[in-house]
Amino acid sequence: MTIEFEAPKPIAQMQMMLQTVAENMMRSVSRDFDENEHAIPWDYVEFMHTAMKAAGGGGGLTVTEGKPKEGAEKRPPIGYQRLAAQIEMLSWGDVGFYLVTPGGGLGAAAVVAAGSPEQKAKFLTRFNEEKPTFAAMCMTEPGAGSDTSAIRARAVLDEKSNEWVINGEKIFVTAGDKSFNEYEKFGKGFIVVWASIDPSAGRAGMRAFVVEAGTPGVKVTKLEHKLGIRASDTASISLVDARVPFENLLGKPTVEKTTTGFKGAMATFDATRPLVAASGLGVARAALEFLKEKLMENGVQIRYGMPRNKLTSIEKDVIDMEIQLRSAWLLVLKAVWMADNKKPNALESSMSKVRAGDVVTKITQKAVEIMGPLGYSREFLLEKWFRDAKITDIYEGTGQINRLVVARQILGYSGSELR
Amino acid sequence: MYSFEPNEEQQMLMDAVGKYAANDLRAAAHDAEESRELPRKLIGKGWELGLLQASTPEAYGGFGERSAVTGALAVEEMAFGDLAGALAVMTPSLFATPILLGGSEEQRQEYLPNIVGGEWAPYTAALIEYTFDFDPNALRTTAKVEGDGYALNGEKAFVPFAKDAEAMIVYANLNGVTQGFIVPKDAAGLSIGEREKLMGLNALPLHRVKLDNVKVPATNRLGGAPGHDFGLVLSAMRVASASAALGVAKASFEYSKNYAKEREAFGVKIAQKQAVAFMLAEMVTEIESIRLLTWEAAWKLDTNKEDSCVAAYLAFTGACDMAMMVTDRGVQILGGHGYIREHPVELFMRNGRGFPMLLGLAIV
Repeated sequence: MTIEFEAPKPIAQMQMMLQTVAENMMRSVSRDFDENEHAIPWDYVEFMHTAMKAAGGGGGLTVTEGKPKEGAEKRPPIGYQRLAAQIEMLSWGDVGFYLVTPGGGLGAAAVVAAGSPEQKAKFLTRFNEEKPTFAAMCMTEPGAGSDTSAIRARAVLDEKSNEWVINGEKIFVTAGDKSFNEYEKFGKGFIVVWASIDPSAGRAGMRAFVVEAGTPGVKVTKLEHKLGIRASDTASISLVDARVPFENLLGKPTVEKTTTGFKGAMATFDATRPLVAASGLGVARAALEFLKEKLMENGVQIRYGMPRNKLTSIEKDVIDMEIQLRSAWLLVLKAVWMADNKKPNALESSMSKVRAGDVVTKITQKAVEIMGPLGYSREFLLEKWFRDAKITDIYEGTGQINRLVVARQILGYSGSELR
Repeated sequence: MYSFEPNEEQQMLMDAVGKYAANDLRAAAHDAEESRELPRKLIGKGWELGLLQASTPEAYGGFGERSAVTGALAVEEMAFGDLAGALAVMTPSLFATPILLGGSEEQRQEYLPNIVGGEWAPYTAALIEYTFDFDPNALRTTAKVEGDGYALNGEKAFVPFAKDAEAMIVYANLNGVTQGFIVPKDAAGLSIGEREKLMGLNALPLHRVKLDNVKVPATNRLGGAPGHDFGLVLSAMRVASASAALGVAKASFEYSKNYAKEREAFGVKIAQKQAVAFMLAEMVTEIESIRLLTWEAAWKLDTNKEDSCVAAYLAFTGACDMAMMVTDRGVQILGGHGYIREHPVELFMRNGRGFPMLLGLAIV
């Protein structure tokens, strides 16, 4: 091992390509889709689906390894690093669009983390097919956000038909509408629903179920109107006596008095938190670049190298923003590098999310402030980035929940020792 | 490639330095600070770890190549023990490393084998000036061409071991550009002033130095006739200071974390309270992110990246804030006990405040 900061070539090339996509297919229509909430950016969706299929990645934005050239030396894996860089660049284009990138998303991630080989084959191949296809994860409930032990959705086995009968109400399902409702232009997706098979067992009784699009008894009841990321649908989904085949259960049907049932979900978070951080940092970079460009147009120079007490207030702010952005990005890189190299990264993953949640809100807030009326105006995208960025500190574990995870890790405390 | 793990050799060095820092420097830190004195034996033991020797090529008496990354790793480990002790051990680098970086072949031959091959000896450098708007790129100390040499005029501050120094590099303003000049201890016009009394770093002997028309031959300009790129020297100082700040911050974090796991209030350890646990979580996150920023800057210096100087500046600037934030919280977590000099966190905080003004006391 060694300490190095050179972007691997395939990642650098991919970033250049995605920047073109971001500029031409995202930025150019970013404002329209912010003002027409829930409109679907078909051009982007179809382009990305075709491009990802052509690249052989399939399954949307997932961890992929390029095929090594014959006879070439085996390179260390960079799948997560590539994914983080992709997400950062797409979010630099428009984070709402990024969230409607077709593919399995968090739903497929749950199948990957907790599914058997048969289940993976059954549920994941669809993302490679003709039409763009979505999947989503249903965890949050009206009474259960970060405290997932409070989940009340219930799955009961009907032994006669060998089906699970699921009842419950889920909210804040990203891409829930595109995953569950059937659209002519989309393939058939699914949602992954977390429900208890044994409420007396607490978290140990929690399981994930694959619920196919269009399953009777399941309904998208609401699409949220949000502060930002308006191109992305955030759905409420109700399940009333919804029946799914026995084999759609991810993990074991029996409950042992341990927390294994839930480990799948938590392992998923170790992998996805740095990616959410990466997404937020893409938005922050967009804001900071815009700010610097506008300052330069107006003749404001940033004098790097000057002692701090000789800098103007704007210079100090911009320099702080650069420090925050870069250092947070390096935390993301380290977390995904660890994931690629199969090193346990629960600490680094949550640290990257804590830091990113903080800095993207600070950077976008400060950029709006510095730009004055121009920052507040909808003529530019800056105010939108401010609204979009805030979600980074909320979804995939709020900044506070991630602080808890970090604290437990560094203190060696369990969930009951540090509540 | 991205990669975030020290290599085997670096790890071995870190382990050795870390052990010395924890066992020797930390153990001596309190008394050294109070008595304003570091035992020479302690400094000698640190010198024998061979940080400078390992980053000096064989041709000049060492046994390795300079690497800012390796230097950054070692400085953090060393400063974890005690900042004053760490800076004392590494003081000869203030003289040797700029010569290695920007010196002429003659200068390297003349000084390096002697310093690197010998016992710890007070070779030093004078950069800081006693003015609120001190700027290493706009020095008030001047160098003027005079005959076939230079005349130096001005006053320097915070110069480590100036009183005993064999020789020092004095940085001065030569037609608007900062350049280093090698000044021997017996130079006419050079006078060493009172020892500084500062908020922290009291174990380290720091002095004012006056230059009253000190004349040095042209060959004493760092790099000889064409001079040298001060930006690289300054960047190496910034990376070193950032690393030292990381060491001090880590010391404060570890100490207050351990304390919080021991101290009870309301029937639980205070670390079990979110108010304290979240402070610790934010401290470690801040430390780790600035550490990566510092490593990246060091790596950019080692690989001659175009933006390496800006990267070093950003890392240093970020590290100054990080050190203040973390060391302040270290004191806060210990509450009243943090304010008492029996615990080291107040010293970490006093030292932690110093980084913006102590640029020039360490180099990698």
